[in-house]
Amino acid sequence: MQAIKRFTLLSALLAGTALSQGTTKQVIGVSIPSADHGWTAGIVYHANQAKAALEKKYPNVQIIVKTAKDSSEQANQIQDLATVNKINALVILPQESAPLTRPVANVKAKGVFVTVVDRGLTDPKAQDAYVAGDNTAFGRVAGNYFVQRLGTAGGNVVVLRGIPTVIDNQRVAAFNAAVAKNPKIKVLDAKYGNWNRDDAFKVMQDYLTRFPKIDAVWASDDDMAVGVLRAIQQARRTDIKFVVGGAGMKEMIKKVMDGDAMMPVNVTYPPSMIADAMRLTVESRVTGKPMKATTIIPSVLVTKANAQQFYFPNSPF
Amino acid sequence: MPDSPVSEAATTRVTPRSVLTRLGALGPLLGLLALAIVATLLNPDFLTVSNLSNVLTRAAFTGIIAVGMTFVIISGGIDLSVGSLAALIAGSMILIMNTLKTSLGAGVGTIALGMLAALAIGALAGLFHGTTITRGRIEPFIVTLGTLGIYRAVLTYLAQGGAISLDLDIGDRYSPVYYGRLLGIPIPILVFAAVALLGGLILNRTRYGRYVQAIGSNEQVARYAAINVTGVKIATYVLLGVCVGLATILYVPQLGSATPSTGLLWELDAIAAVIIGGTALRGGSGRIWGTVVGAVLLVTIGNVLNLTNIISVYLNAAVTGLVIILVAFFQRGRR
Repeated sequence: MQAIKRFTLLSALLAGTALSQGTTKQVIGVSIPSADHGWTAGIVYHANQAKAALEKKYPNVQIIVKTAKDSSEQANQIQDLATVNKINALVILPQESAPLTRPVANVKAKGVFVTVVDRGLTDPKAQDAYVAGDNTAFGRVAGNYFVQRLGTAGGNVVVLRGIPTVIDNQRVAAFNAAVAKNPKIKVLDAKYGNWNRDDAFKVMQDYLTRFPKIDAVWASDDDMAVGVLRAIQQARRTDIKFVVGGAGMKEMIKKVMDGDAMMPVNVTYPPSMIADAMRLTVESRVTGKPMKATTIIPSVLVTKANAQQFYFPNSPF
Repeated sequence: MPDSPVSEAATTRVTPRSVLTRLGALGPLLGLLALAIVATLLNPDFLTVSNLSNVLTRAAFTGIIAVGMTFVIISGGIDLSVGSLAALIAGSMILIMNTLKTSLGAGVGTIALGMLAALAIGALAGLFHGTTITRGRIEPFIVTLGTLGIYRAVLTYLAQGGAISLDLDIGDRYSPVYYGRLLGIPIPILVFAAVALLGGLILNRTRYGRYVQAIGSNEQVARYAAINVTGVKIATYVLLGVCVGLATILYVPQLGSATPSTGLLWELDAIAAVIIGGTALRGGSGRIWGTVVGAVLLVTIGNVLNLTNIISVYLNAAVTGLVIILVAFFQRGRR
């Protein structure tokens, strides 16, 4: 009798430790913003791709992907994931930093492993791991390209900004710092295009009215680059040598691959970072190896030579 | 209105109050003129032909919608869904034309059918709004708040959150509708002018227009006067739906794509244009020309801000808000 008791106790203990050894079921919750523009559409696409791939690779892993249209919906969702779905780990791309810090901290307090993606929380203690793109590099890589491409001749540059946010401020500051290294480059103005095609079209039209000579445009985003290119085309201006967007929209990567003169390069800020975060989290859960506290996905310059590896023709972005 | 005999007497004589009232009616126009003068002082490029044609072309989208909105608001209604509807129509139209290309090719036929579909979807949406509001007896605010969400969600679903792009061959054939000119004037401006002219005629010179105004000022009285209130109201929403379809027909060739952020906040621009133009939000009276001026005024503010560097870019929306309130202030004498 005693032996049997001891045996069950032992196996229960073993099962407990096996939690991190991959023999018991792991439930991973993924909470992301719903697809409301190109980049978030890419996030949703890559999250679902990663779910399929990871569930196939690890039969004991179940992944639940939830999308939320705003912070309060997302807060409710992660609460449900913790209490109803009993998740072991949460991968979250917060809609906004401040309002979600408390809810995420609550989930972590329940023993759930938390990986935060892209937009950091206001209190890093609310997370176990952080996976993010590099907004500073996003601006810097683009700026460095302008310095190198415009060279000693320099030139007039106009900038389109996104939506007034910390992310946009970091990117623009890094771009300005990079181009400042070449005193011959003059940034004529930087106005908000709101990461939106129509707004970018209008702002570019007005830049073209205002400035008789523009050498290059930093559209800072591929959605905005679409509007910028149309405005230039409409005005039939030939002074503009090139436009640089960013984030890796498939149509724009295609243009780089094809050697389009107006779109020579792109800078990545890949929505596939959600897939990286999910993979790292699942691997660490299954193998029991700790995950790095901070993983930065670098922003790299996409040129004709390496464009192929950033081209996802089936993604909506 | 207990004071109506007094104010009637006041308008027959030339009193300081009546002069103010007349000046107030010109409020939006004076506002636009003042803005244009300021803009020219800040940047002489404002008055170039190419800039003015940019401004008017931009105003055409929300302006055409605002003309339809004027009817809805005068009749005592409101439509919050027009921006979402424009996005949904744009997406559907692109998908329809891309599909038709396989059987009809990238010719005029495909584009004509696409345009027809845009107008039909707009009219159907208007019919749905009008019927639900009148026969279903639901507040227009609620019905169109609901469809605002529905239309944009359906478009986002169709686009998988990304973009729906027009086939390149069709885009080439279609682009003159936005980028083309007739007698040197961009086509969207001509269509806008035609819609405004027609809207003005319908509102002021037809029995239907008078019915719309009568219903807006007192629905019960209109009913006793044997006006088909339900029919007239439904027709205002259908008219607006067709206007949204028309605006979208001009919009699609601009960028050749529809995304979940297409037409975002157009409903507020259209409503603001109507109200700046001197139409009462509670219905009863209004002017099409005022709406046109309102639409141009709103676009001009954005243009001026882009042409100058004086005000911090963070404050753009504040300037727009301030101008809206100022113009409304100068025409308050009319109420």
